Amino acid sequence: MSAALQTRNLCKKFGGFSAARDVTLTIEQGARHALIGPNGAGKTTLVNLLTGFLEPTSGEVFLKGENVTRLAQHQRVKRGLARTFQINSLFADMTVLESMTLAVCERLGFGWHWWRPVGDHAAAVDEAATLLASLRLADVANEKTRNLAYGKQRLIEIALALAAGPQVLLLDEPAAGVPTSESRELFETIARLPREVTIVLIEHDMDLVFRFADRISVLVNGALLTENTPQEIARDKRVKEVYLGEALDG
Amino acid sequence: MAIIPSPVDLAPLRRAPAWRTAEYICWLLPVAAYFLFPTSLSLLSQMAITGLFALSLDLILGYAGIVSLGHVAFFGVGAYAAGLLAKYGYGDPLLGLAIAGTVAAAVGYLSSFLVLRGSDLTRLMVTLGVAMMLFEAANKLTEFTGGVDGLQGVDMKPVLGLFRFDLYGKTAYWYSVAVLFVFFWLARRIVHSPFGLSLRGIKQNVIRMPAIGAPVHARLAAVYTLGAAYAGVAGALLTQTTQFVSLDVLSFPRSAAVMLMLVLGGTGSLYGALIGTLVFMTAHHFLSNLNPQYWQFWLGAVLVLVVLFARDGIMGIAQTVIKRVRGKA
Ligand SMILES: Nc1ncnc2c1ncn2[C@@H]1O[C@H](COP(=O)(O)OP(=O)(O)O)[C@@H](O)[C@H]1O
Ligand SMILES: [Mg+2]
Repeated sequence: MSAALQTRNLCKKFGGFSAARDVTLTIEQGARHALIGPNGAGKTTLVNLLTGFLEPTSGEVFLKGENVTRLAQHQRVKRGLARTFQINSLFADMTVLESMTLAVCERLGFGWHWWRPVGDHAAAVDEAATLLASLRLADVANEKTRNLAYGKQRLIEIALALAAGPQVLLLDEPAAGVPTSESRELFETIARLPREVTIVLIEHDMDLVFRFADRISVLVNGALLTENTPQEIARDKRVKEVYLGEALDG
Repeated sequence: MAIIPSPVDLAPLRRAPAWRTAEYICWLLPVAAYFLFPTSLSLLSQMAITGLFALSLDLILGYAGIVSLGHVAFFGVGAYAAGLLAKYGYGDPLLGLAIAGTVAAAVGYLSSFLVLRGSDLTRLMVTLGVAMMLFEAANKLTEFTGGVDGLQGVDMKPVLGLFRFDLYGKTAYWYSVAVLFVFFWLARRIVHSPFGLSLRGIKQNVIRMPAIGAPVHARLAAVYTLGAAYAGVAGALLTQTTQFVSLDVLSFPRSAAVMLMLVLGGTGSLYGALIGTLVFMTAHHFLSNLNPQYWQFWLGAVLVLVVLFARDGIMGIAQTVIKRVRGKA
């Protein structure tokens, strides 16, 4: 069986600066794969290359064995690849239910329906409502997104990605900026996602990473430093140095 | 399996497309105007036609966020298409509208590839440039368009084979209002559909849309084409009700004016386009008779104030007031 997601010699240059250097990575089907590395290591850039938000300077991306390097973002989403954004990227002036229905409509292929009202597309509305209820967002469903507390908005960031019905989900620092008490709840939500969904998680809190991941890749200066099980990564001296070095710099 | 009632209140979403009382009242105004101002029917027809034109701009600017300074191109294409059809023997008004709308849509679809690739500034310049080229083409192709003298000999048949265009402009008025209403109603359906929701999505967050699987470029091309078709129909209406096409249908001031009307009324609410047109043209009618300089001055002042302090125009102000009143009650 082919891997959920694979890259081959992926490079990305911004002018003369290399943000991704020859990244060859395999994410297995159903994995809980963490991507760690200091700030500016190129984690978000890698997500952007995987999803097609950025075009690679060279190299290839494979989704379930299919070469998707030339496919646009929305075409990769249709093939089961969804992501969240490190900085909230929501529909501020829509109600939560509207934005979820929008996302579900796109997945169900209703996006071109121009005659019947949104509310008459029961399949989409019901699924959006069910998803909101499962994320305990039912009570804010009819609030404008911009009026919600930051923690709730962070949850909607994930909900929108889930509405795309992903088989592979890329979470870019999902708890960034969320207070600890709320971030625990957020990670419980993530942990409850079905096993068959492959998850790639970018996260700085090592406790969370070690508890969550069955595989960890370490990215430094745009290049893969190493990839291994959490136990091995915890023992790896080079990884410690990278993080220690950053702590000293900071 | 038992059906569990959804804990999410779906009523607001389901209720959204329902017609409100204020809307019914709003559409009684053209009927009232007919009886109140029987001598101003030509001005009132112009308002309906310009309202449809503003609506067409609202579709692309207000709903999809595409800025255009050359929207008049499609208005003009529709106007000339309808004029030429009627001149060469195909004077049926509805046939004229259909063909003019289709031709304008085709021009819109083709130009969408130029317009959609760039940033806002590029879009402003490309739309402006396309409109200027069409203006100059119409100016030079005097054999077809009559150039500066305008297109003569536009001979219209009765609407539906029943209603002749009369000297008092009664038929022209009801015809314009009816066409405006039908296209407004259609636009209203479209904006409440999943397609319309996706346009709002693109306007609010164009970065997120591809990440939820939406083909942004194709959606924008579609709404740009739709807006062009609407503008073409508005242009055709002007031709048919005045039985004449002047070069002015492709002029820059008309592009600018429709943009001003829309901003004044409020973008992205459909009714804003109509209210903006009504207020603008009424003010223009009274003020420019008094003193043309005054008109320009106050128009300028009002626009600066609207853009700085009331971004959503008259509709935005009205909604704020309604909310306040409801909040206090
Ligand atoms: N669009 C861009 N243009 C230029 N430089 C960029 C761009 N995006 C990211 N970078 C640079 O690439 C490096 C990696 O950034 P990023 O992928 O955001 O890191 P991380 O997510 O690991 O913190 C940083 O040095 C950043 O400044
Ligand atoms: Mg990052």
